[in-house]
Amino acid sequence: MTRELHSFPGGLQMPTFKTLSDQEMSILHPLPERLILPLQQHIGIPSQPCVSIGDKVLKGQTIARAFGYVSVPMHASTSGKIIDIGDYPVPHPSELKAPCIVIESDGEDKLFDIRPTNEYASVDPKELQDVIRECGIIGLGGAGFPAHVKLNEGVENAVDTLIINGVECEPYITCDDRLIQEKASYVVAGTRMIRHAVQAKHCVIAVEEDMPAAYAELEKLIDDDIELVKVPTRYPAGGEKQLIQVLTGKEVPSGGLPIHAGIVMHNVATAAAVFRAVTRGEPVISRYVTVTGLVEKSRNLQVLLGTTVKDCIKACNFEADENCRVILGGPMMGMHVTNPDVPVIKTTNCILVQENIPRLPEMPCIRCGNCVDVCPVNLLPQQLYWFAKTDNTEASQRHHIFDCIECGCCSYVCPSNIPLVQYYRYGKSQIAAEERRRDGADHASARFAARNERLQKDEREKQSVKEEKRIANQKEDKQSYINAAVERSKAKRALNKKTLEDTNKDD
Amino acid sequence: MTEQFISSPHKHDGSSVSVMMFRVCLALLPGLLAYVWFFGAGILIQCMLAVGFAIAIEYLMLKMRKRPVELFLKDGSAIVTGLLFALCLSPFTNWWITLSGIAFAIIIAKHLYGGLGYNPFNPAMAGYVFVLLCFPAQMNSWPASPEVANTSPALSDYISIIFSNGDSSLDALSGATALSQMKSQLGMMNMVSEIRIEPMFGHFAGAGWEWISIGFMLGGIGLLVLRVIKWQIPLAVLISMLGISMIFNTYDSDVYASPLFHLCSGGTLLCAFFIATDPVTASTTPFGRLLYGCLIGVLAYIIRCWGAYPDGIAFAVLLANACVPVIDHYTRPKVVGEVGS
Ligand code: SF4
Ligand code: SF4
Repeated sequence: MTRELHSFPGGLQMPTFKTLSDQEMSILHPLPERLILPLQQHIGIPSQPCVSIGDKVLKGQTIARAFGYVSVPMHASTSGKIIDIGDYPVPHPSELKAPCIVIESDGEDKLFDIRPTNEYASVDPKELQDVIRECGIIGLGGAGFPAHVKLNEGVENAVDTLIINGVECEPYITCDDRLIQEKASYVVAGTRMIRHAVQAKHCVIAVEEDMPAAYAELEKLIDDDIELVKVPTRYPAGGEKQLIQVLTGKEVPSGGLPIHAGIVMHNVATAAAVFRAVTRGEPVISRYVTVTGLVEKSRNLQVLLGTTVKDCIKACNFEADENCRVILGGPMMGMHVTNPDVPVIKTTNCILVQENIPRLPEMPCIRCGNCVDVCPVNLLPQQLYWFAKTDNTEASQRHHIFDCIECGCCSYVCPSNIPLVQYYRYGKSQIAAEERRRDGADHASARFAARNERLQKDEREKQSVKEEKRIANQKEDKQSYINAAVERSKAKRALNKKTLEDTNKDD
Repeated sequence: MTEQFISSPHKHDGSSVSVMMFRVCLALLPGLLAYVWFFGAGILIQCMLAVGFAIAIEYLMLKMRKRPVELFLKDGSAIVTGLLFALCLSPFTNWWITLSGIAFAIIIAKHLYGGLGYNPFNPAMAGYVFVLLCFPAQMNSWPASPEVANTSPALSDYISIIFSNGDSSLDALSGATALSQMKSQLGMMNMVSEIRIEPMFGHFAGAGWEWISIGFMLGGIGLLVLRVIKWQIPLAVLISMLGISMIFNTYDSDVYASPLFHLCSGGTLLCAFFIATDPVTASTTPFGRLLYGCLIGVLAYIIRCWGAYPDGIAFAVLLANACVPVIDHYTRPKVVGEVGS
């Protein structure tokens, strides 16, 4: 490997618990009776249903259209009947209900007519993006940002390096590892397609050091065109900015995007989805999900989107009860869900069942600085905590609260057990609310100014219209006066003439 | 499943304030053992007194402030405060001086500022300076050097001195410390080389005391290894103390004692590893901790050499505590991706 690796500040070395689930072949999860598909599984604007209750749909058929640019369509995960379009519990930290389309499966799993795109290399990059968008591809690593938006950034800017991220740094999660081991050819082919779509100069696939099997599979398939890199196992090496730093030594500017450093990054699962979309026209309707933790049989499942979390846990011989809690995602950044009836969506990479131990009591911050040592962004978490706690939004921003990636390293090592990340989320939302308020106020004052302006303009217009009218009137008056005068003199003359003639006649 | 909202992360490394404090107490053992070896068990009585008072007062304060008593008593911070306070005192110190110092430390320096985590000044040092200023006369009788006295004071001597008022046996048993002896002799225009020959100065920094200091350093290294404390503060205190004493020692070795003497006498090593490293009152940024440590080293040296007190550690720590907000403000590390300054 020729690429020189760099390091990022902080980070954690911790037990990975990956062997629980990474040895086992993944299995197809059986077809559930009912699938709940939230209209918003991505970051951006929810898609808009284009079917109605009672419609029959086929597997892979578009059932909701993208709405706006930062949005993707959604497809039926199996064939069946639409039985409801309404609000259901979705994976969301505050247990929100959100609009979903519910499909009752007919058990046939009949495929919709799909049209592959042949010879991707000859296809215009722009068109490739459309294909990717139409297949509903978003960042499948967990971020859920529509893939075509990132690709388009790539087309509009010169892309130096395309990074395909297979660094699954969170403990427990092995879905990318299994995916690479089982579908390495999809990943590599998809990587080449994305590369074509963004016209990247270099292309790197990165995996973690503790994924030797996946590495070996990829190594068999790549040529000189793709670099395969192992990065040291350290959380959060798979974070977008951290991985860029490790691979290139570049720091993504604070508040900026990877493209500002000439980089586009996609997840390995996204690459595999691109391959399916392009060569087979297959949309994103299923994904690899790691089910692990307390469950009897930890493993990866290939799950149709819309299957409930409860079903997946059951498939691993486990019933979630009140002695355990369910985390969607990994232990460091995952989301705790209390309702196991939420569906698996495009970004659900892991279902982690943990013992439900009550949180240790929160003590005051003793300023020990452990959090500073592990922060991968070089923030001062203990100061941010203080500012967030005291609603000091100005100081929070000065200390770069928005550069916090919520990786949770600081909370993990805090001897006082402070849920620091929760404070930062709160702090960020406070700032956002304040900004909205200010924007609102700005809007109001702008509206007021605009109204004044408009009124004045109206006034001026009225004035000038009057003026014109007056001038015009004056002109008109003069004209008519002249006309009248002419008329009169004509008449007079005519009269004179007549009189004269008459007199002459008389003469 | 619980209904309460639980934020990520959903794992923890298991560290806690109590474990940290417990380790600090353990790390004091080598130094304490050396202390007992050279000067008898009096210091243990002093430690028990101080810790007992500290726990009792902490309990009362928590009750009065309606804080969760068990939770905060278990954090162990009062015990550490008690121990460090006791180690700054002479083991002969009368019990009521210990009580008033601890009371000042826990009530005023800690709880009136908001309790654990909110106190800007190191409580043990604040308590120590309080008694030093209030009872200067009683603070100067230290056990005589083992090289001078033939035996170390017996436990019964300690008990009678600590619990009586003005016991006559005190004068027979007490002597000056190396630092105060050095200071008074220098005041009499003697040269360092002359003073150092006295047996009480031991091998390099005071008979007995030098080994106690080394004991504290060993414990401190243990804390470094366990990552209870960070390396910046001890290193900075030691380097700055070494550096400044080396400068003056090279400039005039008749008036200024050797760097090794300064390093191992008085409270330098105890301070570097146990007192200055109190996280609550120290600077919290990596670079700030270096500055903070240097400040303590330099201030302590200045007070030792030119101030009115033989040892300047406690004052240096309190002064540096006062500078912490400024240090923290100017030493924020550069955030990844931050452009410009
Ligand atoms: S780790 Fe916790 S206690 Fe230590 S400084 Fe950070 S927030 Fe404070
Ligand atoms: S959650 Fe934020 S503050 Fe804490 S370590 Fe991660 S990036 Fe730093």
